[in-house]
Amino acid sequence: MSEVLTKSTARNIFYGGSLFFFVIFVGLTAHSRHYILTKGTDNAGLTESVERGKRVWERNACFDCHTLHGEGARFAPEVGDVFRRWGGEKDPAGAHQMIKDWMKAQPSGAQGRRQMPQFNLTEAQLDDLADYLAWVSRTNTQGWPPRPKAN
Amino acid sequence: MQYQTQNIAKTYWLGALLIFAVQVSFGLVGGLIYIAPNLLPVEYFPFNMVRMIHTNALIVWLLLGFFGAAYYLIPEESEREIWSPKLAYVQFAIFFLGGLSAVVGYLFHIYADNARSYLEQPVWIKLGIIVAALIFLLNISMTVLQGRKTAITNVLLLGLWGIAIFFLFSLYNPANTSEDKMFWWYVVHLWVEGTWELVMASVLAFLMLKITGVDREVIEKWLYIIIATALFSGILGTGHHYYWIGAPGYWQWIGSIFSSLEVVPFFGMMIFCFAMVWKGRRDHPNKAAMIWSLGCSVLAFFGAGVWGFLHTLHGINFYTHGTQVTAAHGHLAFYGAYVCLNLAIMTYAFPYLFNRAPYNQVLNIASFWITSAGVVFMTVSLTFAGALGTHLERVQGMSYMDAQDQIGLFYLLRFGGGVVTVLGALLFISSLLLMPRTKTVVTGAIPAAAE
Ligand code: HEM
Ligand code: HEM
Ligand SMILES: [Fe+2]
Repeated sequence: MSEVLTKSTARNIFYGGSLFFFVIFVGLTAHSRHYILTKGTDNAGLTESVERGKRVWERNACFDCHTLHGEGARFAPEVGDVFRRWGGEKDPAGAHQMIKDWMKAQPSGAQGRRQMPQFNLTEAQLDDLADYLAWVSRTNTQGWPPRPKAN
Repeated sequence: MQYQTQNIAKTYWLGALLIFAVQVSFGLVGGLIYIAPNLLPVEYFPFNMVRMIHTNALIVWLLLGFFGAAYYLIPEESEREIWSPKLAYVQFAIFFLGGLSAVVGYLFHIYADNARSYLEQPVWIKLGIIVAALIFLLNISMTVLQGRKTAITNVLLLGLWGIAIFFLFSLYNPANTSEDKMFWWYVVHLWVEGTWELVMASVLAFLMLKITGVDREVIEKWLYIIIATALFSGILGTGHHYYWIGAPGYWQWIGSIFSSLEVVPFFGMMIFCFAMVWKGRRDHPNKAAMIWSLGCSVLAFFGAGVWGFLHTLHGINFYTHGTQVTAAHGHLAFYGAYVCLNLAIMTYAFPYLFNRAPYNQVLNIASFWITSAGVVFMTVSLTFAGALGTHLERVQGMSYMDAQDQIGLFYLLRFGGGVVTVLGALLFISSLLLMPRTKTVVTGAIPAAAE
């Protein structure tokens, strides 16, 4: 082995190969970014309200309990599709209102149930947040999450 | 200890151990909220705040540990003192106080306006971290450039530069959530499955060199081979996080294939460590350091390699994505690869730093078995919770909260494993602080005469 592969050959393979794979990765990232901004998400519908809603989501660290598109903590339900689950496709205004009401009703105080804090958001912040959750629910997540019908 | 400035490592490691205790304690609080959700008032102890302290404290102390390792091993490798000890202490003050004030801020619900998971630090703390990193890189780069160049310092330096460079992506948070997620993984994945692996491989190589006395040429060649397999697989392996976030479908194939290959470097490191120990001529007196090093390579192989592979193929990840299976993997991978690595180098270096060799290692060795048993038990409990929860929710169609109610037993078991982990961690810390001298001198080669 020592004759076949010397230390300096191993080092050169490492540098050359890593650079090669990194360049491919950067290229694919650039392509994926373009895809996300044109096809993967509703970028045209990304209004200022949606963006403000995203900051509400971040400012209150909602992701440290919930997953969104499967990422975040696993203490509380997935919210990437909550707008759809709550009927937003047929009745967007209704789902929007349900999200606002939900936020206002926390914490539930129910015994033995995990508690979600009260964030004391303003009406405007609640509207932004609901718009944000509506927006993420329109992202093409390749069919995720699996939601089989309960039997 | 051959060089005065190796003493810098003491400060870093004592700081790291303090935050280690905070990290596991808050983990325990998180585990408690799972099993007794009404116990702590949600106004003061919401789960999200507890989790962010747990994860951020983990990252902060592991990085402090890496810095300490660099300050300890670079003088020996470069055969010269650290370029500027003063800057090293300035860097410590900035980094440690930054990390500590982030954690204290979280207690009062002060997070970044655009926080993301692991990156909840307010922007001025992120900038402080970057300043500290720049000081650090300047300091060690100057030391290495002026001294003897070895593969170990070369790889370590590359890893540490990479950590700093990819952290810069934490400042980029676009309005488009899917784009945001894509670049978020530039920090998180390219850290633990890229740059941090370089640090791990080089520190393990240093430990093997010192503990086993195997020839440097052999060790350094394997070091390059191992990190080559790490980056060849790990860079495109990032794709295993791009399956379901709004990115193109081709990532399902690229991510599955390349991330499966990420098992190779972890397998390589395990084989490497055992082969070196078997091959080694030297009977090193610090058995505890050897156990932590071998334990590191084995548990990293299981946590990152086996538990990572378990859910990395896109057909499986479709079901397990974002369940307790992920949390199970996150725990054993971080523990095996990076917690054990830090504890191994500390265990190796403390007797020299405090001039205590030889010392009684029984407490330290016991803490290895207790802590590791605790983490493995947590991992297994969470794997059951995850598999069962996935089945109920994503195959049978139960709602999330109903499914969670069915798996409460496993959260109870996880908490039990967590208690054992915390006890083990506290035992480890006290074993290093006490380091009882032993009366019987263990015979063996003099470690300072390495190579
Ligand atoms: C020491 C190395 C590693 C560490 C520390 C680590 C840690 C983690 C952590 C903390 C997460 C959760 C991220 C989050 O959403 O918050 C994660 C996710 C993941 N890891 Fe690793 N990991 C390592 C190596 C690996 C390897 C080698 C593989 C594959 C063979 C792998 C496969 C995965 C997958 C597929 C996910 C996503 C899980 C999901 O879809 O929810 N990891 N890892
Ligand atoms: C050295 C030991 C530990 C390490 C390296 C570690 C690491 C981590 C990491 C990387 C995460 C974030 C990834 C994720 O959420 O999946 C996490 C989350 C968590 N950890 Fe730990 N941890 C340790 C000890 C503990 C202990 C002792 C407990 C107590 C039971 C604990 C409880 C938790 C909880 C509840 C979460 C949140 C998971 C969720 O989102 O539901 N951890 N830990
Ligand atoms: Fe990853």
